[in-house]
Amino acid sequence: MKLFEYMGKDLFSRYGVDVPRGRMVSTPEEAVSAAKEIGGEVVVKSQILSGKRGKGGGILFASTPKQAGEAASKILGGTVQGLVVESVLVEEKIKIDKELYLAITIDGSAKKPVLIASASGGMDIEEVPEENIVKYHIDVFHGLQAYAAREISRRMGLAGGIGKEFNRLLLLLYKVFKEKEAELVEINPLVISGDRLIAADAKVTIDDEALFRQKDVPHVEERTEAEQKAHAIGLSYVQLDGNIAVMANGAGITMGTLDIIQHYGGKAANFLDAGGGTGKEGTAMALEILLSRKPRVILINIFGGITRCDDVANALVQVKNERDIPVPVIIRLVGTNEELGVKILQENGFEAYKMMHEAAAKAVELAR
Amino acid sequence: MAIIIDENTNVIVQGATGNQGKFHTRQMLAYGTKVVGGISPGKGGQELDGLKIYDTVSAAVEDQRVDASCLFIPAPFARDAAFEAIEAGVKVVVVITEHIPLHDEMEIVNFARQKGTTVIGPNTFGIVSSGKCKVGIPPNQFFIPGPVGIVARSGTLTYEIVGNLTASGIGQSTVLGLGGDRVVGMSFVDALEKFDKDPYTKAVVLVGEIGGNQEEEASEFIKKMAKPVVAYIAGKSAPPGKRMGHAGAIIERGKGTFEGKVKALKEAGASIAALPFEVPSLIRERIDLA
Repeated sequence: MKLFEYMGKDLFSRYGVDVPRGRMVSTPEEAVSAAKEIGGEVVVKSQILSGKRGKGGGILFASTPKQAGEAASKILGGTVQGLVVESVLVEEKIKIDKELYLAITIDGSAKKPVLIASASGGMDIEEVPEENIVKYHIDVFHGLQAYAAREISRRMGLAGGIGKEFNRLLLLLYKVFKEKEAELVEINPLVISGDRLIAADAKVTIDDEALFRQKDVPHVEERTEAEQKAHAIGLSYVQLDGNIAVMANGAGITMGTLDIIQHYGGKAANFLDAGGGTGKEGTAMALEILLSRKPRVILINIFGGITRCDDVANALVQVKNERDIPVPVIIRLVGTNEELGVKILQENGFEAYKMMHEAAAKAVELAR
Repeated sequence: MAIIIDENTNVIVQGATGNQGKFHTRQMLAYGTKVVGGISPGKGGQELDGLKIYDTVSAAVEDQRVDASCLFIPAPFARDAAFEAIEAGVKVVVVITEHIPLHDEMEIVNFARQKGTTVIGPNTFGIVSSGKCKVGIPPNQFFIPGPVGIVARSGTLTYEIVGNLTASGIGQSTVLGLGGDRVVGMSFVDALEKFDKDPYTKAVVLVGEIGGNQEEEASEFIKKMAKPVVAYIAGKSAPPGKRMGHAGAIIERGKGTFEGKVKALKEAGASIAALPFEVPSLIRERIDLA
């Protein structure tokens, strides 16, 4: 779960990280009063769950409260990087002596947290040459030790008062990462401003699977309505923009089904993994979600292991009896209780395919 | 021969008396797996279909030899259960559970490394050495013994490929699921190393997907392998920035793309299946199945 910048900064500041003074607002009037309160020049930053806001016109500067209000009204309600802006962060404009980059994330191949720092801040870290990046893997049991922080500062070429500030920041940031079970904490840019080290941005992603015990982090919903509905009943659903609605059982095979559709020149309307062992009820609900997207054709691909073919067939018949299914349904059904499932389908006017690519080819043909 | 587990592997099931645990313990027994005990705190001394139930892993280990454990433990408690098995000296721990928090997964995997334990998963279907032993949840009927090793990140896609191989008469030595999460115990390279050494395995099928850089790392190893590799990568059509079910299956900042993985694998000498049903014919091209 990604946090908005203002939430990330709030979290940082509670841990003692220096952030610019500022306030999140959702109207131009509030922006004016926030700018008055802060005093002097301010920055008005769109709050969206995406980077590259500056290039998208989502960050504006203002030297008076009136200008801040104008900037807010320009940004609010519009879109930046394709996302609707519902709030802006108004904060003090800080003097920039130098910009750094700092992040802690999880390295899947090392299976450890990795701290990434660079003296080239303010740009996408992927564009920074490897030799300008300091990487340090953190022991998951011992955590980030003070000596390691000193060594990272040394490798960054940071000495004196700023070096000390940087050491302190590293330890604080790891504390946030660990205690909040983050997948990513990123400060880009991290600004040297006189003798201060200020987090001018905050990107925080909390591990979705840890949310059940991370009670005090704010809730941010990035999913569409249909995606939320599917999630609530334990289905994994991602909206796409084609006209062939897809349902399969398992993430890999669902991905494979989308690939085959593309292979034959079609476009999938969604990714829907009904999971293993989804019963009659879950299958019926999944079908409702697919129908709500108004596709040209529905493709169901089931390789039944735990999932029983007769359950899937019965669910399909149930939905058909309860409501009109206005589009053709192509179904590939093999595995546990296959014969029974296929028989149920045939008795109710559905055709069942044995091979996944044959079913996909048929669906693409019908969607044309 | 096979890798990691075989007909002599003694297996315990942690969470054997729960809903999933009970069902799959019976399925494993039906497959022929030597399940020698179940762990269920507070139920020690009871039996499940004649199977001994112990309160703790240590109690089972004190009573008899235990080679592997299979976990059907809800996500919030999975870390504790995995640590219990590792600490008790069980050398292979198969974590079926999905939705385990990432920070817990890192701790499980790092503790296992310290103790020299092999962790399979989390979020895996498990491992099957065809005709010998199954530790996990795949449906029993699709596996037949044979010369092809399979290593995969995803479950149902593996069943699809195993189903295709079996239908065309090609059996499998061991089928191993690494798990769909960002942090898992084994990598493709770990599995390929074992398959390359296994005298019974003649070729390996690698079932990968978009996201991460495991397939790229595997490519470096494939260059040095004596045995041929056939690869299928899922997620060619996936848009960047969207997680396709698995936590690891996401293209972020242009990394972990389908094209990058296929290019690396091809350059390493692997045959690439564009669609899952092409795997059997590619295997026939690479090894003599007479």
